[in-house]
Amino acid sequence: MAAMLEVNDINVYYGAIHAIKGISLTVDEGEIVTLIGANGAGKSTTLRTISGLLTPKEGTISFLGQSIAGVPAQEIVRRGISQVPEGRRIFANMTVMENLELGAFTRTDKDGIGQDYEMVFQRFPRLLERKEQAAGTLSGGEQQMLAMGRALMSRPKLLLLDEPSMGLAPLLIREIFNIIVDINQAGTTVLLVEQNANMALSIANRAYVLETGRITLSGDAKELAASEKIRKAYLGG
Amino acid sequence: MDFGSLLVQQLINGVSLGSIYALIALGYTMVYGIIKLINFAHGDIYMVGAYVGFFAITTLGWGIFPALLVSMAVTGLLGMVVERLAYKPLRHAPRISVLITAIGVSFFLEYATMYFVTPTPRTFPDVFSSAGITVGGFVVNGQQLLSFAITLVLMVILTYIVQKTKIGKAMRAVSFDTETAQLMGIDADRVISITFGIGSALAAAGGVLVGVYYNSIDPLMGIMPGLKAFVAAVLGGIGVIPGAMAGGLILGVVESLVSGFLSSTFRDAAAFAILILVLLFRPAGIFGKNTQEKV
Ligand SMILES: Nc1ncnc2c1ncn2[C@@H]1O[C@H](COP(=O)(O)OP(=O)(O)OP(=O)(O)O)[C@@H](O)[C@H]1O
Ligand SMILES: [Mg+2]
Repeated sequence: MAAMLEVNDINVYYGAIHAIKGISLTVDEGEIVTLIGANGAGKSTTLRTISGLLTPKEGTISFLGQSIAGVPAQEIVRRGISQVPEGRRIFANMTVMENLELGAFTRTDKDGIGQDYEMVFQRFPRLLERKEQAAGTLSGGEQQMLAMGRALMSRPKLLLLDEPSMGLAPLLIREIFNIIVDINQAGTTVLLVEQNANMALSIANRAYVLETGRITLSGDAKELAASEKIRKAYLGG
Repeated sequence: MDFGSLLVQQLINGVSLGSIYALIALGYTMVYGIIKLINFAHGDIYMVGAYVGFFAITTLGWGIFPALLVSMAVTGLLGMVVERLAYKPLRHAPRISVLITAIGVSFFLEYATMYFVTPTPRTFPDVFSSAGITVGGFVVNGQQLLSFAITLVLMVILTYIVQKTKIGKAMRAVSFDTETAQLMGIDADRVISITFGIGSALAAAGGVLVGVYYNSIDPLMGIMPGLKAFVAAVLGGIGVIPGAMAGGLILGVVESLVSGFLSSTFRDAAAFAILILVLLFRPAGIFGKNTQEKV
C-alpha cells in the first residue's frame, strides 16, 4: 500500500535562501511520525510546504495518491490535511467559539459540526468553560488546546503539529502529548514537529532528523531515541 | 438664533454630514484592515457611485431607493474589478508600489469619468427636500433625515455581516492573520475581493447621499471627502470598523461647529488639524489598540 503522505525530494526557497534541500519523507495511515531538529533546520518550512502555504521549486508531494504540490492552502484543508501552526496563531480578537467555527470553515454538515464541537470540548474541557471568552485572554496552554481543537474541527485525516510543546510547563507538555496520542488512537494520522526530541520520540512510531534543510537520520523512534548520536545532539546526553 | 439653538442646529447638520463621512471611512478602514493598503482611489469610487445614482434617477427615471441600490451594486462591482486588475497582481510587492498604484487608479477614475460625462458639474435632482420634519423648533430637512437613516441601516447590516455571518468571520480572520485564515480553508483572495466590494458599495451610498444633500456632483468631487474620510478612519483607528463610524460622526460634527461658530473657511483646516493632532498624540486612533497582539 502506498503511504498516505509522500514527500519526494522537495526543494523550497525563501527568495535566495535555500531552506529545504531535497527532503523526502513518508507518513503511513495511522502513524505518528515526528520531525525533529534544531532551530532553523527547516521543520516549519516543511510543514508549511505540505500545507500549501509555500510551493516547492522542485520535487513532488502526494496525499492519498494525489499530487498536492502547488495546490493552494485553502484547498489542501479540504483534502484532509490540517495544521496547528507554530506559536498557535489563534485568532486572538475572536472568541473561543468563533475560533472553532473558523476551524470548521470548509464544512457544511451542521450535525457533524455540532458533534465535533462536543468532541473538542470533551477533549479540552477548559475550552468549554471559556467558550465566549476572547481567545487572546487564554493562557498559553489553553491557546495550544484551542489551536488543536480548531485544527480538529476540519475533521482532518492527517494532522500536522508544529512544536505544540513550545513555551509550556513540563506538566502541561505531558498533558498535550497524551492528547496527541488520544487523537491518533481515535483515527487521525499525525506528523509532529518538535524540538523536544525526548517527548516526541516517546510517542512516535517513526522519526526523521532534520539538519539545515536536509534529513540526516531516520528510522524507528525507539531505536533513534536509543542511538548515541541522537542522545548527544538532541537529548542532552 | 441664540447660541443654544445654533448649537443644536449645527449638531444636526454635523451628524448628517458625519454619517456620510462614516460611510466612506468604512471602506478605507476595511481595506486597510485586510491588506494594509490606504486605497487613495476610494474617494473616486464614491464619486462614481454618485454618478451611477445620478443617471439612474435622471436618465432611467428611477426613485431614490432603487437608484441607491443599483449604484451600490454597480460601484461595488467596480471596486472588485479595480482590486482584481490593479492591486491583486501586487499582493507581494512592496507597499509603496501598491500605494503609488492606488494614486494612479485615482487619477484614472477621475479622468475616465471626465471623458465620459464631461467635467461640467451636474445638478442632482431634488428628490427628498420636501420630507423635512421639525422637532422642538429645529429643522431636520429631508436630505439630512435620509442620509442619517440610510447610514444607520447600512451600518447595522454591515455590523451584522461582519460579526455574525460566515463571510464576516472570514473577513475578520483574514484581516487578523491571512496565512492562518488560509489554513482554515478560507480563500483569502476571494475575501479580499468581497471586502473591496462591500467598501465600495458603502462609498457609493455616500456618493448618492451627497448628491442628494448638496445637489451638485462633478468628477473631482471625491478628492476632498476622500481625504476627510481618511482623516475620519485614522481618527477612529484605522482598520477598526466601529472606529470609522465614530470617526466620521465626530469629524462631521466638528466641521459643522467650526463653520457655524467660526467661519466655513476654517472647516477643512479643522479636519486636517484633527489628523495632525491624532497622529501626534494618539496615532492608533480612538478605538485602535496601541499594542499589536500578534505573535
Ligand atoms: N519568511 C522567511 N524568509 C526568509 N527566510 C526564512 C523565512 N522563514 C524561515 N526562513 C529561514 O529558513 C530556514 C528554516 O526555517 P524554519 O522556520 O523552517 O526552521 P525551524 O526548523 O522551524 O526552526 P524553529 O525550530 O526555530 O521553529 C531558516 O534558516 C530560516 O531563517
Ligand atoms: Mg519552526
